[in-house]
This record gives sequence, C-alpha cells and structure tokens, in this order.
Amino acid sequence: MKYSIYAFLTLLGFLGLSVMNVNEYVFFAGFVILQFVVLATAWNILGGYAGYVNFGVPAFIAVGAYTAVVLFKSISAPLVVQIIGGGILAGLLGLMVGLLTLKLRGIFFSIATVAVVFILETVVMNWRYVGGAAGLQLTRPPDLWFFDTYTRMLFFVMAVLAIGSVSIARYIQDSFLGRGLRAVRDSEEAAECSGVPTLKIKLIACTISGALMGVAGAPMPMYLSYIEPTATFNLNYSISALGMPIIGGTSHWIGPVIGALLLATIQQIVTVTVSNELNVLVVGVLLVLFVVLAPDGILGLIKKWKQSSK
Amino acid sequence: MDNMRRKVIGTGTAALVAASVPGSLVFAQGTPIKIGMSMPQTGGLGAGGQAALIGIRMWVDDVNAKGGLLGRKVEFIVYDDQSNGANTPGIYTKLLDVDKVDILIAPYATNPTAPIMPLVKERGKLLMGNFSFQVNSKVQHDMWFNNAPWNDARGWSEGFLEAGKNAGAKSLAVFAADAEFQQNLANGAREIAKNSGWNIVYNQNYPGNNTDFSSIIRSVRAARPEAVFVACYPNEAVAIMRSVNEIGLGSQVQIFGGGMVGLQFTPVMQSLGSLLNGVVNFNSYVPGMKFPGIEDFFKRYTERAIAAKVDPLGYYLPPFNYAIGQMIEQSVNATKTIDNKKLAEHMRKTEFSTIVGPIGFDKNGERAKPRLVQTQFRNVKDNDLEQFRSPGKQVVVWPAVDKQGDIITPFDRARKAT
Amino acid sequence: MISIDLVFEAVLFGILLGCFYAAVSLGLSVAFGLLDVPYVAHPALLILGSYFTFLLSKTGLDPIICGLLLMPVFYLIGIALYRFYYETFERRSSDTGVRGLAFFFGIAFIIEVCLILVFGVDQRTVSATYIGSSLEIGEYRFPYRMLVAFCIAIFLTTLLTLYFSKTFNGRAIKAVGQDEGALRLMGANPVKIKQLAFGIATAVNALAGAMLIIVGPVEPAMDRIYIGRTFCVVVLAGLGSMSGTLVAGLILGISESIVMMTFGASWAPAVSFGLLLLMLGIRPQGLFGR
Repeated sequence: MKYSIYAFLTLLGFLGLSVMNVNEYVFFAGFVILQFVVLATAWNILGGYAGYVNFGVPAFIAVGAYTAVVLFKSISAPLVVQIIGGGILAGLLGLMVGLLTLKLRGIFFSIATVAVVFILETVVMNWRYVGGAAGLQLTRPPDLWFFDTYTRMLFFVMAVLAIGSVSIARYIQDSFLGRGLRAVRDSEEAAECSGVPTLKIKLIACTISGALMGVAGAPMPMYLSYIEPTATFNLNYSISALGMPIIGGTSHWIGPVIGALLLATIQQIVTVTVSNELNVLVVGVLLVLFVVLAPDGILGLIKKWKQSSK
Repeated sequence: MDNMRRKVIGTGTAALVAASVPGSLVFAQGTPIKIGMSMPQTGGLGAGGQAALIGIRMWVDDVNAKGGLLGRKVEFIVYDDQSNGANTPGIYTKLLDVDKVDILIAPYATNPTAPIMPLVKERGKLLMGNFSFQVNSKVQHDMWFNNAPWNDARGWSEGFLEAGKNAGAKSLAVFAADAEFQQNLANGAREIAKNSGWNIVYNQNYPGNNTDFSSIIRSVRAARPEAVFVACYPNEAVAIMRSVNEIGLGSQVQIFGGGMVGLQFTPVMQSLGSLLNGVVNFNSYVPGMKFPGIEDFFKRYTERAIAAKVDPLGYYLPPFNYAIGQMIEQSVNATKTIDNKKLAEHMRKTEFSTIVGPIGFDKNGERAKPRLVQTQFRNVKDNDLEQFRSPGKQVVVWPAVDKQGDIITPFDRARKAT
Repeated sequence: MISIDLVFEAVLFGILLGCFYAAVSLGLSVAFGLLDVPYVAHPALLILGSYFTFLLSKTGLDPIICGLLLMPVFYLIGIALYRFYYETFERRSSDTGVRGLAFFFGIAFIIEVCLILVFGVDQRTVSATYIGSSLEIGEYRFPYRMLVAFCIAIFLTTLLTLYFSKTFNGRAIKAVGQDEGALRLMGANPVKIKQLAFGIATAVNALAGAMLIIVGPVEPAMDRIYIGRTFCVVVLAGLGSMSGTLVAGLILGISESIVMMTFGASWAPAVSFGLLLLMLGIRPQGLFGR
C-alpha cells in the first residue's frame, strides 16, 4: 500500500516537472536518465535475480525502436501503439533467445546475446524500408497532448514507463517467480532437484526483461527524429544497463533505480561539460571498482554501514 | 582650443588608441552573437573538417576585426562530432538549449548533417549547409541553404559518364557504401547511367566501416567493366585505392573514380601519392581555376594552418567555409537582424558575392549554379605535399569552361602517364 | 554470374583470412578454452596490441618485430591480470559467474575508451614493404600482407601445439583445466600453471595484434566485431583444442569470404555471430571439444 502511494506521488511529481518553465535541455537529458532506469530495472530481472548476464541489451532496445518505426511509417501509429508493439516484439525476442541459449552455461548465454545484437544489426542494415545503414529521418506528429513540446511529452511518457517497470520488478521480486529466480542464481542444480521449474521461470524472466527493454527503446525514434543502426545497436548500452544495477545493488528492485539515477545523471553532466567518451569510461571504471570492492553495490554498502553503526 | 574641438579630438584619439590596441576592440552593444556548429575533427572526415574549421575561424576573426555583426562581437562555438551522425542530434540540441546559439552552421558533409534536419525544421531554425548532398530532399526544410559546389547527382556523374562514353566505354560498375551520401550519389549515378544507355555490369553496396576491399575489387574485376564509379568516404577511399593497386581492375577499364570523398584532403593525397594517378574524381577547387581574391585567402590560410599543424594547402573546403561566414555576414548586415526567418527570406532571393565566386540558391536550398569539376590525377609522386600547389597534378577534364586538359584513357595508361 | 575462377580465388583468400582468424583466437582458446576464464576482454587486448605495435613501429621497426618485442610485455600484463582475477574472484567463489564476466566486460570497455581518448577514433595503419603489393599467380592476386599473416598464424599454432604436447608446463596447462586435484598430486601448483597459461595467451595477443594492423587499418571500436570472430572460432573448435582452432578459423574465413562474394560485404559481419549461434544451438561442445 505504501509503495503505491509513493509511486503515485512520484508520477505526479514528474507531471508537475514537465509543465514547469525550466530549460528544455532538462527534459532532453531527463528522458535518457529515465530510459536507463527502465533498462537497468529490466536487466536486473534476469541478471540480478537469476544471475544470467545479458550483454545483448541493444538488440532488445533496437527491436523496440525499429518496431516503432515500422508502425509509425506504415500506419502512422500513435506513440502508445508504438510502445506496446515494441514491447511485444522485444518480449518475443527474449523468449526466442531464452529458448535457444538458456540451457547453456553462464558465459555462453552472454556471448550468445552479443551474437544476437550483431546479427540483428546486420539484418537492419540491409533493410531499406527502415533506412538501412544510412538511417531514416522522421517527422514528429503534431500530437503533443497538453504539453508544450514533444520532448516534454516524451519525458513524461518515459517517467510513466519507469515507474511501471519498477513496479513490475518489485512484484516479481516478492512473488514465486522471484524466489524461483533467486534459487536458480544460488544453485541451479539444487533448484532443479527441489522441483523448481527452472527453464520455465528463466524463460518468463527473459521475456519480461526483453519486453521492458523494448518498451524503453520504442520512444527513441521520436525522441531523436532520426534512427540509424550503429547508434541503436551500440554495445555502450550493455555496459550501462549492466553497470547500473551492479553498482546500485542487484538484490532489490531499488538497486537499479539508485544506480541508474546516479550514473545516468553523472553521464549527462559529463556529456554536456566534457565529452561523450568519458561517459563510458565513468561506467566502466565504476563497474570494475564495485565488482571488485563492493560486489553488493551501493545497497550492500548501506547495509554494512548500518550494521557497523549499530 | 575651444571645448568642443577638444572633446572631439579627445574622443577621436581615445577611439583610435582603443582600436589600435589588439584585443581591445570597441563593440557598441554588449551581448555577443553566437554562431555554433559541430565539425568532424576526428574520424574519417576529420582531415577535411579540421581544415574547414580554420576557414570559418578566419572569417570569425575577420568580421570581429571589422567591428562584429550589428556592432556585436561574434562568438563561435564548435564541438567535435567525430564524423559520427549519431552524435549530432545531441550536440545541436545542446547548442540550442544550453549554449543558446543564434545562428547554426551544419557539420561538414552529408552523414553528420542528415540526422539533424528534422530537429532544425521542428525548431524553425536557419541551417547553413556545409558540403552536404541531397540531405533536405525528404525533410523539405525551408530555411536550409547548402553551401556546396553541386546541386544534384547530375553535376557529379554527368561529367564522369560523358568522359567515359567519349573513350568508348559502354559497361559500368558501381559500388558505394551503405550510408546517406554514398547511396544518394550512387543512386543518382545509376539513374543517369540507365537513362543514357549504359550497361550496368556490377552494382554492390558495402558497410561503411569496411576496411578490406579485396573481395569487392576482385568481383569488379571479374565483371570486366569499362568504367567504374565509386561513391565513398575518406577511410574507404584510401582502402579502395590500396586494394586497386594490390589486385588490379583489368586492362579494359577506361575510367575510374567519380564520387570519392577524401581524395581532396591534402593529408590523404600525400599518403596515397602515386596510387592516385589516373583516378578521375570531383573537386571544388584545384590550382589553375580562376577565383578572384582566392590566392590572398590561401596565403593567410597557410600561415594559420601550419601553426595549427593542419593541411597547409587548404584547397577543397576552407575557402567555401569562409564563404559560409561571408553569406551570414552579408545577410545580417542587409536585414539588420539575426532573426532566422528574416535571414532565410533574404538568402532565398539574394546572390552573394564570396571569395569562391557568386553563390545563389534555388527553391530547395541547393546551389543554383553548380561549379563542380572532374579532375584526373597525373604525375603524382609519393610523399610530396608541395607538388599539389602547381597545376598539372589534378588536371580538370570537365566541364568545358574550366577544362585544363583532355582525359587520358584507359585507366592503366593514365596511371603511368607523365 | 559467378565464375569458377572467382569462387576459387574467394576460397583461397578465405583460407588466408581463416588462418589469420585462428591466430587471433589462439589466446582466447587458451584462456577461455583451457582455463575457463570468462575472458571477454581478449579482443580489447588484441586491439591494444595493435596500437602498441603502431606506436613502436614509428621508430622504424618492422611491425612483426614490434609484435615480437611486445610479447614479453604482454606476458607480464597477462600474469598480472590473471593474478588479480584469481585473488578477487576465483578464490572467494560466491557468484563468480556474473562478477567475473562483468569485470572483464568493464576492462574491455575501459581499454577501448582509453584508446579513443589517447588516439582518437581515427583509423591507424602501419607500413612495411610487404603491405600494398600482391603475389601474382596468373590471373590471381594474393596480397602479401595476408600471406605474411598466414605464415605467422601457422608458426604460432604449431608452436603452441608443440608446447602443449611436448613440455611439462604445457601438458600441465592442458591438465589443469581437466583435473586440478590430480595436477596438485603431481607436484605442480595449479595457480602458477594457470598464471603461466594466461600470460602466454596474452603474449600471443601481442603478436596477433601486430598481425591485425598489418592486415588492415585498426580503430578502437574494432574489439566489438572481434568478440564475434574470436568466440566463434573458439566455440566452433571446442574448448581446449589448439588444432581445432585452426580448422575452426578456416571454416570461418572461408564462410566469410564466400558470403562476401555472393551476398555482398554488407552481410559479412553476421557470418561469425551466425555460426556462433548455430554452434551453440546444435553442438555447444564444438567440433573437437571434449
């Protein structure tokens, strides 16, 4: 009950922000930060809860984005339809990848997910309808609801998606699915022996995780008014989407949120003040530091600090 | 002396003193006019972009030395987009929302520019194009003015294909990278070729980051074409020329080249050296072409370029980038405003006089009277930069008005010609 | 129409290319295949080797010599990396899977970004007398740079195969992956053995990096496509098989060459990853795996 109140208040807060008279760039950068909240939360469902490291995050984002492009270009679908379509197809991709690779050991699953990225990228590059390798220019429809600019509307939409995906992650965590995933992470063999339907729950997790990533990717073509494969399939998304939960803490749904808000904000500040590359360096260095020194992330550090101060 | 004269002499002396002290120029109004852009300074286009940037900076300094625009200092803000179109939407949003730029210039070349067209149109901003090709055809932005020596594909391929026909060639091979510019150009060339009776024997695309062209060159050779039209960017151009040299195209090729960006950049020309010989390719300016006042520009440019350790010749882009500044300057001074809409209206109906000649725009924002030339590399030696200063290394073979010599065919003979 | 000549030339080129791919995957074959270390940073170290070769070759030395000179340096880097990985992850167990993977992934990205910050995104090349011309046999042309890479590849593979089968340390490396306990009983220290193997794997990477920049221009982001090629070769070969690596490399090289010839270069990047997925789906232990 308490959570629903907090979630609703947060939603109102974002709504209020998007109609306030602040610099447009806040919404441009804010969209990206909220997008990473969704991505980190989605990654954590499979990576944190179950222990399967998905390196192929860009593939799911891209499926979401390109589905949106196809829907927009063919039937001028409104944004909501684009997002739903993107989510469904990305979820399907998650299911397929799961069926193909979840029987394999950890690192093979991860390498397989990288393979999916490049294969899909090559397919898209050869697909003229969505622009191929050259990319596609898109004109935003004049449909702004009641917002001043399209970017503000996208910012609010992403806020809704972020709160939604965090709620889904929270629900999974406390449910039978979550307990099963944790059992898989701790010892897959033991879980199998005690009757946990490991393959089934891994597939469900993979599907939901993929679908959420697709949902995060679907608004991107409208956000940039442009889409092209190299940026959409960029592996930088992988390091961020896995770095943020690991840095925040993978055991609880609030971990990815903390990690994403913290890291994505730093990234945006760095992009505006210094350069683009430093983004990736920041995530990479922090990831390595945390993995080595603080494997339970910021949540783990908070727990330790609380314990030591008792 | 009475008071009045003392005051006048006093003020006049003060102004003289102020104006003669470097860096303390007197600007009437306070806030500067901000002009912003991203320029590819690294990555495939970097060699050209760095030179072009000097051209623009020269204009900024020149206009500020004259008192700025409308009495206000011109402040120039530039970022590096690394020749990557994925970076430009974010950079231009930053320029508009964070840096609060007044007038935008597009990045050099098509591929970094294409992604920002919808953004600029939606914001209703003027955009000064910079050597882009057909980048406004889908978006149809009405405040777009492309500074480039060409208009559409005809200017590029007509000359090339005509020269090939004159040499008796009937079969054509086309290959191009899978990217905005290269595809736009190759499609245009294919259209023209089909309509003028060419037999297209090879037609392939390759990924933009392809580094090994052995497979493609081998396939081209197997198709036995008499003319080969290539649309590529600088990194690819270098790899292609090396591959052509390694594998060869066959003795039946009369003419090779056409739309290879990068072979105009001095560092690339220097590193390829004799591998360039025989190639027929486009250019905007080569020594021997007549543009009044351009020699003086090159002298000043070379000084700054050597200090910045950048291409010291500066033939291809810098004078044209300086011209972008001139067009902005003339428009602002004529309309007495920096309101983008009024500037656009003025640019639509004006023919500007610049250091690269008169420039006017058609209804699409493209250059009304193209002045693109096709040149053939001859007699180029390895590791010699200064050789390109003298005419005879890039011989203009088309159009007639700028022609410096006849094209030498077949390709193999032209490679060895002296 | 595709002539027999063209197919033949494509296959021959594919053989040269394949041996090159095998050589750049040898390090991974040892580190991941034999030692089971989730070494996704292998391609990044390969590119690092190329850049160091580039720097060293500016002194005028031939790139192959540069690669050889770099091998001891990379050997030390390899030892240090493994030591660190072992102390931090393998020793303490817990969920080494996720953390080990994340660690090497992070290292790979850090290397790539540092290369961009230091060298920029521009492509880098080296020059040598054998780069730029080809061997002409009738109508066929074989670029010398590919022939040089081919020779080095054969040399490296033979060297490693002999080492692993003839020397005590080499056989110990092969054994440590299979049964650590038994190895301890034989008087060898498993950690030291694994360290040695990792050092060798990284040293091989130095020479492979030199080969990479001889074969073509290098840029920092290239480590990404090479994740596909190297892992494809290692998975195809089956973990732990050196000669299998050569065969797998050949399969990949020839496939890529044929695909480039028939479907065009736009589909080439998908070949390695496609073969990889296929192998993982049908026969995860590879062609020659145990």
